[in-house]
Amino acid sequence: MRTRPAHFRKATDYLIKILSSVSAIIGIFFLAWILLEVSRRGVAALNIDFFTKLPAPPGMEGGGVANAILGTMVITLFATLIGVPVGVMSGVYLSEYGKATLLGKAVRFTLNVIMGVPSIIVGLFVYTLLVLPLGHFSGYAGSVSLAILMLPVVARTTEDMLNMVPNELRESALAVGAPQWKVTLGIVFRAAKTGMTTGILLAIARVSGETAPLLFTALNSPYWPQSVSEPTANLTVTIFNYAMSPFADWQEIAWGASLLIMMAILSLTILTRIVTGGKT
Amino acid sequence: MAPYILYMKKEKTTTGHSFADTLFKSLAIFCSVISFAIIIGIFISLVNGSKLAIKEYGAGFLFSSVWNPVTQEYGALSSIYGTLLSTIIAMAIAVPMSLVIALFLVELAPPVIRKFVGYAIELLAAIPSIIYGMWGLFVFAPFMAEYVQPFIGDHLGFLPLFQGPPMGIGMLTAGIILALMILPFVSAVMRDVFQMVPSVMKEAGYGMGATTWEVTRNIVVRYGIQGMIGASFIGLGRALGETMAVTFVIGNNHSLSASLFSPGNSIASTLANEFTEASEPLYLNALVELGLLLFVITFIIQIIAQMWLKRIHKSMGRR
Repeated sequence: MRTRPAHFRKATDYLIKILSSVSAIIGIFFLAWILLEVSRRGVAALNIDFFTKLPAPPGMEGGGVANAILGTMVITLFATLIGVPVGVMSGVYLSEYGKATLLGKAVRFTLNVIMGVPSIIVGLFVYTLLVLPLGHFSGYAGSVSLAILMLPVVARTTEDMLNMVPNELRESALAVGAPQWKVTLGIVFRAAKTGMTTGILLAIARVSGETAPLLFTALNSPYWPQSVSEPTANLTVTIFNYAMSPFADWQEIAWGASLLIMMAILSLTILTRIVTGGKT
Repeated sequence: MAPYILYMKKEKTTTGHSFADTLFKSLAIFCSVISFAIIIGIFISLVNGSKLAIKEYGAGFLFSSVWNPVTQEYGALSSIYGTLLSTIIAMAIAVPMSLVIALFLVELAPPVIRKFVGYAIELLAAIPSIIYGMWGLFVFAPFMAEYVQPFIGDHLGFLPLFQGPPMGIGMLTAGIILALMILPFVSAVMRDVFQMVPSVMKEAGYGMGATTWEVTRNIVVRYGIQGMIGASFIGLGRALGETMAVTFVIGNNHSLSASLFSPGNSIASTLANEFTEASEPLYLNALVELGLLLFVITFIIQIIAQMWLKRIHKSMGRR
C-alpha cells in the first residue's frame, strides 16, 4: 500500500464520513419534502364532496372522486382475486415441489424477470390481449394487468415464507399419514401465515398505486362503475388526467387524490412492518 | 411379518389421497407455468402489434428522430436518447449515493439511527410513481427552475450540457427524480453486499491501522464489487422503464438536444402520453414497437442481472 501522511488519511476518512451522513440526510430530506408537500396541498382538497360526489366539469364547484375511489377498490380487489391464488400456488410449487428441479429454477428465474418488466409494458400486453380483440377498455383488463404485477411479488414472498417453515413439521405430518396437499394447506400455511399475509398486503399496496398499466386497460371514466367490462374510473389515472389539465380546481383534486392514495399505501406498508417486527 | 402387513395397509389408505395430491401438484405446476406464458405472451403480442411499423421502417426506426403523426413518419431515436440520458443521470447520482448510504448504515450509524434511516430510505420505494410525478411537476420542477438551474447555468453554462432557459421540466429534473426512485433498491442490495463481507477481513484491515474509508475502499468494495455491479443493474432496469414520474417532468418533446435543461421524452413517457390518442394503425404500431424496444432492453438487463447475482451468491456461499 502507498503510504500517505496520517493527517491526510484521517482527513479523507472524515470527509467520506461526512459525505456519507449527508447522503443519508438527503434521502430523508426528500422523503420528508414529498410527504409534507403532498399532505399540505392534499388536505386542502379533502372534504365531504371529495368522497361522495362524482367529478364536476372544470370551473364548477363541489366535484369529487367518489367513483374513482370505488373503481380503484374494485380493480384492486379483482386483481387480488386473480393474482394472489396464482402467486401463492407458484410459491407452493417453488418451495414444496420444485425447489431444486430444473422447472423450479426456470420458474424462479422467470418470476424475477417479470418483476423487472416495466409496468407500462404489462399494460401494453394486456391491451393487445384483452382490449384490442374485444374492442373496448375495461375494468377487468386493468385488474389483469395489476394481477400480473402482483404475481411475482406474491410468489417469491410465499416461497421465502414457506422455506422458513422447518422441515420437521412437514416430516412429522407426513409421517402420521397426511397427504402432501393437507400438509401444505393445513400445516405449512398455518406456520407461515403471518409472513404470507404480509407479502400479500405489500403486493396489494404496491399495485394500488400503479398508474401506467391502467392507462391502456381500465382507462378512466367520469361515471360510477356500472360493470367491470367497461372503462372504469380509478384514482391514479384521475390524478394523471387532472394534474395535466390546465384547471386549478382539477389540479387541487389531483392533490387530494394523491394524498389519499399515498396515505393508504404508506399506512399499509408501515402496518405490515409493525406486524412482522421489521423482518420482511 | 406383522410390520410388513401394517405397512401394506398404510399404503392402501394413502392411495385414496393420491388423486387429490396429484391435483394439488398439477395446480401448483400450472400456476408456475403461467409465468412462462406471460413472458412469451408479452414478446409475441408486442411483435405482433408492431409488425406494420417493423415492415414499414425496418432498422431505420431506431435511427430516425422524426416523430410526426401528421405525416405518418415515426422514428424512435429521440425516445431512446431520452430514455438512456435520463437513466444515465439517475445512475450517476444514485449509485455513488447508495454506496455511501450503505456505508453509513452498516459501518457508521449507531443502531437506533441505522434503523430509522434504513426505514426512511425504504419508504422512498413505497411511494407510488405518480406521487413522484405530482411532486416533481408542481414542486420540484419550479424549485429547479427558480434556484438550481440558474445557479448551474451561471457557473457551468459554458458547457453545452447546461445551456438553455431554466424551465424546470426536462432531462435533468427527470434524472434526479429517477435517482430518488431507484435509490432504495440500489442501496438495499449495496447494504446486503456490505454485510456479506466477512467481519474477519474488515477487522484485519482495522487491525493494520486502516481508517474506515480505507477498509471500505480496499476491502469491502474490492470484496463486494460484483455485488455492487449487480445492484446497479437492478437500478438500471427500474430507471429505464419508469413511466409516470418521468412523463410528468420530462417535458414530452420529440427532439434531440445536448442540453440537460431542455425538455425531451422517453420511450415510456411517449407511450403514456400518446397511446390512447393514436388512431392510425401505423401510429399505434410505431408506439407498440417502442414498447417492444423497451421490453427487449429491460429483459436483457434483467437476465444479465439475475445471472450475475446468482453467480455472486454462489461464489459467496449463499443460496
